[in-house]
Amino acid sequence: MAATEAPKTWPKLEVLRPVPSELHPETDNPDLLEINLGPNHPSTHGVLRLVTTLDGEIVVGLKCEIGYVHTGIEKNIEQKTYWKAIPYVPRMDYLSFFSGETAFCMAVEKALELEVPRRAEWIRVLFQELARLHSHLIFLGTGSVDLGGIALLFYCFRARDEVLDLFEMVTGQRMHPRYCQVGGVAEDLPRGFEPKCREMIAFMRDQVDQYDELIAANPIWSQRTKGIGVLPPDFALQMGMTGPNLRASGVPYDLRTANGGYGAYREIGYTPVTEQAGDTHARFRVRIEEMRASLDVIEKVLDGIPEGPVIADDRKVVLPPRHELHTSMESLIHHFKLVTEGFTVPAGEVYAPIESARGEFGFHMVSDGGPKPWRVRLRSPSLVLLQSLAALCQGVYLADLIAILASIDPVLGDVDR
Amino acid sequence: MSDALLQVNSPTWGEPDHAAADRLEAALGQGVVERRVEHRGELTLDVPVERLPDVCRHLRDAEGYDLLSSVTGVDYLGYEGEVAGYWGGGADGRDLNRSASAGKRAVPEAPGPKRFGVSVALAKVLTVADGDHRRLRVRVWVDEGEAVPTLTGVYPSADFHEREAWDLLGIEFAGHPNLRRILMPEDWGGHPQRKDYPLGGEPVQFSDEV
Repeated sequence: MAATEAPKTWPKLEVLRPVPSELHPETDNPDLLEINLGPNHPSTHGVLRLVTTLDGEIVVGLKCEIGYVHTGIEKNIEQKTYWKAIPYVPRMDYLSFFSGETAFCMAVEKALELEVPRRAEWIRVLFQELARLHSHLIFLGTGSVDLGGIALLFYCFRARDEVLDLFEMVTGQRMHPRYCQVGGVAEDLPRGFEPKCREMIAFMRDQVDQYDELIAANPIWSQRTKGIGVLPPDFALQMGMTGPNLRASGVPYDLRTANGGYGAYREIGYTPVTEQAGDTHARFRVRIEEMRASLDVIEKVLDGIPEGPVIADDRKVVLPPRHELHTSMESLIHHFKLVTEGFTVPAGEVYAPIESARGEFGFHMVSDGGPKPWRVRLRSPSLVLLQSLAALCQGVYLADLIAILASIDPVLGDVDR
Repeated sequence: MSDALLQVNSPTWGEPDHAAADRLEAALGQGVVERRVEHRGELTLDVPVERLPDVCRHLRDAEGYDLLSSVTGVDYLGYEGEVAGYWGGGADGRDLNRSASAGKRAVPEAPGPKRFGVSVALAKVLTVADGDHRRLRVRVWVDEGEAVPTLTGVYPSADFHEREAWDLLGIEFAGHPNLRRILMPEDWGGHPQRKDYPLGGEPVQFSDEV
């Protein structure tokens, strides 16, 4: 496939030397001003500290200092049995939380060679897309605040609540539901979910159109975003960028379709959303279009979801149904053993990446054959995409740095873990 | 286990790319691939540590692995032993979280010759014409005090990954332009992701109890 449809001239953006991810001022002009943007600043979307060197209003130096919300989740997971580790995972990327749960469970299932029922795969896709919608809504809301438009924040947060209501209806939790289990999902969809979800789809389509109009017709928005922070596709790839940011540069690479996709995306199908310009504006546009695409996928899931069990029937891995505990001794034993000891996973190294709202998101998991993972590392899209920030911000105005940072959408929980 | 299952569970890896490994050996000489490990459809190539940048450059330029997905360090201290390094249980105490019968199904053999494994995950993105985005893992082994040559010259995005591996595991990357701590504070002692780093009992920062 061609990287771009139409021939396009990209700006020459080079990997910064000597340090690939930092921008150092070229002169030692004493008038240069070094400021700390963050760690506590609303536009850094968390606790990110940008050591910025300014020549007047022009950014000539930039360093990302991260680690302020490093909580050692990976170390903690090593001390937990596999299914007790699941609640930690959505706390990493807390905006598309369900992607985290799914990625973790998929990695464990891959190591176990455990088959997941079809209905569970479809439900997982449904909630992955809801989480993506949730993440993109927050992206749009907070991103518009960074550009000076506060109205969109309130619209987006109101719409986001509709998504969280669906999570609450199914799982009892608004965020971090721990709904995904190794082998499937915890429970089936409740009665009345489908009409409520369809209501949400209709509401959200209308909302997304409104947001689109609100920013598409806005000349200030266009001037603030068009041509700012242009990211050539080959440079993006060199710096490890994946997800919507890469697709905004015209590369139709999406793990939902790459090699045929994963899980129920293989059956449902998906067409990656791309934009050609690669600038801040394109990165906003890609996410707005992805919200529409997510709504289409959700609708397809509701139309075509197969009947059947929602969790695998392997009693050595999956908790037995609650009602069996009263009548079956074996179920009680299995329940007890799973809760106290967990299940063992064959030794080996696996990596199962999925497409989260920010790109390639996967757990590199090493098992030693015991009930706890030997090593878990998140390949976090946010950590990687922060590396390109310095090159993108070379020579832009400070205000544009804020716009660029908003448009690449890092989540600091995902960066620091 | 069925083939269909692996199709579902590992779709984004594609077929194990043995052909690339063969061509790698043809180009860089026999012995550049010390071992091929295939686990769950994922192909891992163990290479000599000093050849790592050459191997990656070859895979990038000749095979089209244009995306460095991640660089992950793993500490295998005590991996193959009986007590498998679950911290909290040892000669002087009982681990309440580890019941006596929670033994391993099989004691794993040592995965590699040395303490640390550094896995470099590569993927094909732009260079793929037919949607066959394959993945490949290149792995090197080092002991305490040995350095891995940096990959920042081949894949610039290795920067943060290598800094993280240095910070959390103490694996040194020779030639890295900016090898300093990334997640932990600058003045932190030790490397917390190591298996011999204690879980509890560290001083509380910013308090008078230090």
